[in-house]
Amino acid sequence: MRVKYFAWVRERVGKAEETIEPPATVRTIEELIAWLSGRSEAYAYAFEKPKVIRAAIDHAHVKSDAAIAGAREIAFFPPMTGG
Amino acid sequence: MSCPVTIRIQEDDFDIAREIAVLTKSRTDIGAVVSFSGICRADDDSAKVAALTLEHYPGMAEEEIRRHADEAVSRWPLNGVTVIHRVGRFMPGQNIVLVLTASQHRQAAFQAAEFLMDYLKTSAPFWKKEESATGTGWVEAHARDDEAAARWTKS
Repeated sequence: MRVKYFAWVRERVGKAEETIEPPATVRTIEELIAWLSGRSEAYAYAFEKPKVIRAAIDHAHVKSDAAIAGAREIAFFPPMTGG
Repeated sequence: MSCPVTIRIQEDDFDIAREIAVLTKSRTDIGAVVSFSGICRADDDSAKVAALTLEHYPGMAEEEIRRHADEAVSRWPLNGVTVIHRVGRFMPGQNIVLVLTASQHRQAAFQAAEFLMDYLKTSAPFWKKEESATGTGWVEAHARDDEAAARWTKS
């Protein structure tokens, strides 16, 4: 699946997007955040406060318990500040 | 009664008079147009802002605005909606966002414009980075914006 990062999540991770293949045991957004955090210090820093992080699956906002099965594109970003 | 919905995300500036003219062209059923413009402001809570950079999530940003525009059209008797959000780097005084709502009577247009702006601030994927004399940093979301958006879901 493709993963995208925005704003300070992107800056901390050090990339705007990538393709990942998490193990089958990673089923939800919350579990994906935990799995990503274990990849390197950069990811751990980006996701150090998982409750602050917002997520979207295929362009729709989702909660942290949302299932990631079948997702084409997952995005992680801070609370929005547009307008 | 048709209600055209126009949503654009662009780097270029917009011309409010032109956008209103487009929205009302050859229509005689529109009695009210409400226009909201969001402008880059120099005086924030702490330091003077020198510039703002707006980042967005292409694709989702348009879709999220469209979802809320469609909801506004279903909640109020509207005759037209235009939402333009700019991205890029802005100096104080420059336009950032435009919301236009058209209806037969003013109440629907006022309420729909407020509804759209409240949701634009809290659920459309845009982020502001601020440059000031003290440095550069991402703008933090305000609880008051979440509260403003939440009032539309109260019964």
